[in-house]
Amino acid sequence: MDILTLFVVMPVLTVIALIFTKGQNNYRLVTLAGAIVQVVMAFNLLYQFLQLKNGGNTDTMVFMRDLMWFEPFNIHYLIGVDGISVLMIMLTSIIVMTGTFISWKVSDLTKEFFIWLIVLSSGVYGFFISLDLFTMFVFYEIAVIPMYLLIGVWGTGPKEYSAMKLTLMLMGASALVLVSIFGLYMNSNPDAIGLAGLTFNILEIKQVAIPESAQIIFYPLAFIGFAVIGAFFPFHTWSPDGHASAPTAVSMLHAGVLMKLGGYGIFRVAMYLMPQGAHYWVVPFMILAVIGVSYGALSAIRQTDLKYINAYSSVSHLGLVLLGLLMMNEIGWRGAMLQSLSHGFITALFFALIGIIYGRTHTRIVSKMGGLMTVMPVIGALYVIAGMANLGLPMFSGFVAEMNIFVGAFEHPDLFHRIITIIAVSSIVVTAVYILRVVGKMLMGPVMDEYKDLPPITWYEKVGTFVLVLFSILIGIFPFFWIDIIDGAVGPFIQGII
Amino acid sequence: MNWNTFLLMRHEIVLAITILILLLADIFTDDKKKVNIIAIVLFAIHTVIGLLPLETGTLFGEMFVTTPLIAAFKNILNIGVLLILLISSSWVNAKMLPLKKVGEFYVLIIASLLGMFYMISSGHFIMLYIGLELATLPVAALASYDVFSRKSSEAGIKLILSAALSSGILLFGISIMYAISGSLYFSQMAGEFGYSYLSILGLIMIFSGMAFKISLVPFHFWTADVYEGAPTPVASFLSVISKGAAVFMLMILLFKVFPDMKWVWTYLLYGIAILTMFVGNLFALRQQNLQRFLAFSSVAQAGFIMMGLLSADQLAVSAVIYFIAIYVLSNIVIFGAVQMIGLASDKWNIDDYNGLYRTNPKISLALMIGLFSLAGIPPIAGFFGKFFLYVVAASQEYYWLIFIAVVNVTISLYYYLLVIRAAFLRKSDNPIPHFTSDIFAKIGIGVASAILLGLGIYSPFYDYINSISNIF
Repeated sequence: MDILTLFVVMPVLTVIALIFTKGQNNYRLVTLAGAIVQVVMAFNLLYQFLQLKNGGNTDTMVFMRDLMWFEPFNIHYLIGVDGISVLMIMLTSIIVMTGTFISWKVSDLTKEFFIWLIVLSSGVYGFFISLDLFTMFVFYEIAVIPMYLLIGVWGTGPKEYSAMKLTLMLMGASALVLVSIFGLYMNSNPDAIGLAGLTFNILEIKQVAIPESAQIIFYPLAFIGFAVIGAFFPFHTWSPDGHASAPTAVSMLHAGVLMKLGGYGIFRVAMYLMPQGAHYWVVPFMILAVIGVSYGALSAIRQTDLKYINAYSSVSHLGLVLLGLLMMNEIGWRGAMLQSLSHGFITALFFALIGIIYGRTHTRIVSKMGGLMTVMPVIGALYVIAGMANLGLPMFSGFVAEMNIFVGAFEHPDLFHRIITIIAVSSIVVTAVYILRVVGKMLMGPVMDEYKDLPPITWYEKVGTFVLVLFSILIGIFPFFWIDIIDGAVGPFIQGII
Repeated sequence: MNWNTFLLMRHEIVLAITILILLLADIFTDDKKKVNIIAIVLFAIHTVIGLLPLETGTLFGEMFVTTPLIAAFKNILNIGVLLILLISSSWVNAKMLPLKKVGEFYVLIIASLLGMFYMISSGHFIMLYIGLELATLPVAALASYDVFSRKSSEAGIKLILSAALSSGILLFGISIMYAISGSLYFSQMAGEFGYSYLSILGLIMIFSGMAFKISLVPFHFWTADVYEGAPTPVASFLSVISKGAAVFMLMILLFKVFPDMKWVWTYLLYGIAILTMFVGNLFALRQQNLQRFLAFSSVAQAGFIMMGLLSADQLAVSAVIYFIAIYVLSNIVIFGAVQMIGLASDKWNIDDYNGLYRTNPKISLALMIGLFSLAGIPPIAGFFGKFFLYVVAASQEYYWLIFIAVVNVTISLYYYLLVIRAAFLRKSDNPIPHFTSDIFAKIGIGVASAILLGLGIYSPFYDYINSISNIF
């Protein structure tokens, strides 16, 4: 079995092991073992990838494997990775592992919780490795459906409503993606007789010039379809509700990984395969993206619930991902991918901390808390770190990513791009407002009586959060290691676009 | 005619023998519980014999036709009926054994299947009509089988009346076509219908007659009441086996008898597909009774199937057969689960399922697999079936139709999730207590769910169907 398929098979094996496991503690241990194996596999993949690239390999995709699946339609199980997918797989494996640590205390239907969490992760891995549109779509849907049960069963608040809204919006979005996939498929080979000559293979479709009229129709479908899962304004409404109701680990996975499928899909499918369509539609989408950036940040100020604050902050930061992609230049794309990575770690850290705080104070309303720093110094400090990373302080990953996006944006000399960029940059100031407001109110200030003796952070929570902080700092301090990997992948893609 | 050519009718002959043995067994067996087991074993033997390879050929001067595709479709129906019999054995034991009506149940259901076999093997309109009637009449008797239930009797009457009406319309259509072409043989009629109002009228009449059986909108009005009133095994039989056979027959008629009228029936199918999907889905949204709910869901699924007929080539045949095979299994799983729960607790509403997973996890999981398969969630087989239907529409560049279909999938996902919400998400103070079913039902549901999980990913099954789908 090849190194990539293992990423999909390993979760399945973990699920099978879980089915035959008995005992609350064993469920956690089996899940954790599976998650740690995945992390090891991810770093092994990164190592082998670097070895290959340093050895002078210049292929667009490596570790490729091609199996015929449905011959009459020329559907293949085709997988392969470039630098971006390798990093995304690494991100996923780390978030799943830390998520397992954070959900150590899930007590209701523990086994089922972990099973669905792992099924979700296998869909995400599959999405990042597939190079065939059909395979990609299959994995996309596998990643979406477990969210319904995870939020609906183990969530809090209006969970049924949120779970239903999230599932239907994401499935509706997948409908748009599906139509555009068919548009690409039917145009993938002008000389084909019958369907067997057509292809879903991304690399082969790229070799064909899709007619511009078709691109103009199908590009916005693919873009919006993927952008919904990336919480693109005005299709983001599922995300704050979903985050607020989801249990901690699911919020982490959701914001840290699942929402990255959007940017990745736009990059890999929409823009790469339909560059003329991308140029045609760039202005309206850019306006929406920049509205999303400011709207998300401004909405976050007005929220009182910690999870809603971070959900809207995610809308704002993922708006930056889309903005970076829409700049259609190398620096912008590099920034977008870095932002995906960085936002994954930081938001997961945020949601982990919110889960930890909520587990102790039993409230997420900022105004009801105060002086937590003195009661829980470690958690407080971690929250400040997460906040600083989120608002783009140098040394953390957020700074590197946003810097690249804005530099990429400023490479366009025209007035329109300038205005867009300035509005987007100013959202950073707003970010500082809502982060510092929470830090000031919740962590500083007088200690409230009912929170005088909250339990300190436990070992599993420490492991989970420290790992995430570590990676945010690693990206912030050694940006060029990651930038080199991303540039190697963006390079061949950008050539076909500009 | 010699014995070897006669063997082409193997499915029908074995089935007829099965019916005769069952009739005798019912007379000479005092312990009616044994009849139950005899019926299932006999039918299992028949199913296995059916799987043996079969040659292409015609009998009785082209009245009776068989091809590998027809044989394969009969096998799909066989397996479906076998699963239904397995699952319904506990219902028969509980409800029909006290009334001493075990034998007839099996005889009627198998006789109906025999009618379908003759229908889909027909090469002549009279043969088609006889098969259709043989398929319909026993089902009407079965729908009113629960003699002490008013609703069941109502279902029987509704079914027989609407079936009679549709048969009349079908016959009228056939006679118009006979007037135009001067023949009732499929092979002689093909290509005889050009552009004329009469032929369009005839086509629409024949189409309407079949549409009643498939319960396409606007011929679906009997569906919900009949499904609700009929005993669950019969509703299950109606929704999968009856519907599947009728779709297959419609496909043969459109593709082989009326290929030169494609320009008419493409419009017809396009419009009816959209209408059926929307009506089925929108009505299903508000249902509480699960059998009504499944009735509208199966109306909507029929709309999806119509989408697959649009391209009229090998691709369409294989996509439709593949989808029907998966649809049969999914619906059997859901109806089976509903029936087992209804039998154990006499609860038939979605709200009654609250907290089901916590008391009966296995049946809830089976229910979820079936519902996700109907909704088209990968990696369960239903997704692949739907995807290939989309490919058919895409191959004719009907992107709008695909878009409407996928919007409908989202709507349908909502109501399928309502059932899952009740079973998995909600808690109840008074849930359905834990129950155990008999071994036959467990095997039936277990096998069907396992096949659903694996069949989509296992592509050789589709490749096989595609390889035998070349009926042109």
